[in-house]
Amino acid sequence: MASPPRLRAENLRSALAGPFDVSVAAGRCLAVTGASGSGKSLFLRMIADLDPNTGEVWLDGRARSAFTAPAWRRAVAYAAAEPGWWTETVADHFPDLPAARAMAARLGLKEALLDGPVLRLSTGEKQRLALARTLLRASPVLLLDEPTGPLDEDSVGRAEALMRERLAGGAAIVMVTHDPAQAARIGDEHLVMRAGKLEPP
Amino acid sequence: MNPIVLTPRDLAVAAILLLVDAALSVALRLGLTRALGIAAVRMVLQLLFIGYVLQRVFAIASPWLTLGVLLLMTAVAAREVAARPERKLRRYGNEAVGLIAVGFATAIASILALTTALRPAPWYDARYAIPLAGIVLGNVLNAASLALDHLLGGVVREKPAIEAQLCLGATIGQAMAPLRRAAVRRGMLPVINQMSAAGLVTLPGIMTGQILAGLDPIQAVKYQILLMFLLSGGSGLSAVAIVYLAGHRLTDARHRLRLDRLA
Repeated sequence: MASPPRLRAENLRSALAGPFDVSVAAGRCLAVTGASGSGKSLFLRMIADLDPNTGEVWLDGRARSAFTAPAWRRAVAYAAAEPGWWTETVADHFPDLPAARAMAARLGLKEALLDGPVLRLSTGEKQRLALARTLLRASPVLLLDEPTGPLDEDSVGRAEALMRERLAGGAAIVMVTHDPAQAARIGDEHLVMRAGKLEPP
Repeated sequence: MNPIVLTPRDLAVAAILLLVDAALSVALRLGLTRALGIAAVRMVLQLLFIGYVLQRVFAIASPWLTLGVLLLMTAVAAREVAARPERKLRRYGNEAVGLIAVGFATAIASILALTTALRPAPWYDARYAIPLAGIVLGNVLNAASLALDHLLGGVVREKPAIEAQLCLGATIGQAMAPLRRAAVRRGMLPVINQMSAAGLVTLPGIMTGQILAGLDPIQAVKYQILLMFLLSGGSGLSAVAIVYLAGHRLTDARHRLRLDRLA
């Protein structure tokens, strides 16, 4: 018998979007493009159980309802397009600082940024540090909402290299992007969100 | 020591000051004459009304009537708590959390004082219970509304920060803790200011009134200290209660932030 897909969603919906039926195997990336406001972020938030929704989601065949919400979100990690910061110091957001420094360096960031205040970060620095924060948790499923939106070409390449590494390690990724070229580069499958429904491009 | 009895003429003389204000308003074109007049008339009528009501309630001395008056006062206070914050919880949420928080804190502070320090016979004597609950309510209302305003405003402003923590596996309690603490602190600030300034910057109104009415200053001070403890205790209880009650409404069992429950 074939093993269950890493991530599967069935009849997932809220008042604003859906129903969604998707399945992503280990090591695969589903890329989602679509106009602003079409429901891409709502889709990821629903999988992460951040907004009220109905339907069911499975991780490796195990239903979401069998997880506590915090345990589910540790395993199925959502990184928002606009990352939030809950203290003033960057370092407070990383439980494992040496690992954070190493990953910051790989994303082309100065390690000293980690010891500074969040207020002094640029938009691109914030985006990369938030990506690092999520990738460091080594979750089996990553829900990435425009992970490289505000980044320059070199930084996009570095971020994509890290994402490929996670895929090679068996993670499943659902990535929302505005860049069709990126969807083609990383995505094994590409769907388009139109008015709260996922359709082939 | 008998209090100096005020006659209507005494009050009329004091009202001359108000006429001076009105004249100034006309002279400086402040446009306040009308508002000032209405406010002054309202104040006099409202206070006279409540004076007569209290006189009747004290005379009737029915525990049920006393309870009714107290509940009415609490309901009015809860409405004020609900109206203050810029944001509202849906389905009369502000009113509900305000009523519970204010009622609970006022009941605990007032009953404690009535059964230990003041001990009138019976302990629920309207002459003591109503004014005491009134002053506690006023302060508790202030603390609860400030705490609620801070929480409801903060939860919208800090949504990305709270959800970022949830996404990294935090419980909703962990993610909300800093905001909860800040909201309770906000609610407690006025009473802390009041305590630290008492006697140095301000002579509290109750104490001033008692001294003017002929009470020995040390006796008046003791009453004031008792009141300050009741007010700060009540404020703390109501701020904590309202922050937890409103926080509960803004979250759910799946550790979500439910801003859809804000109007």
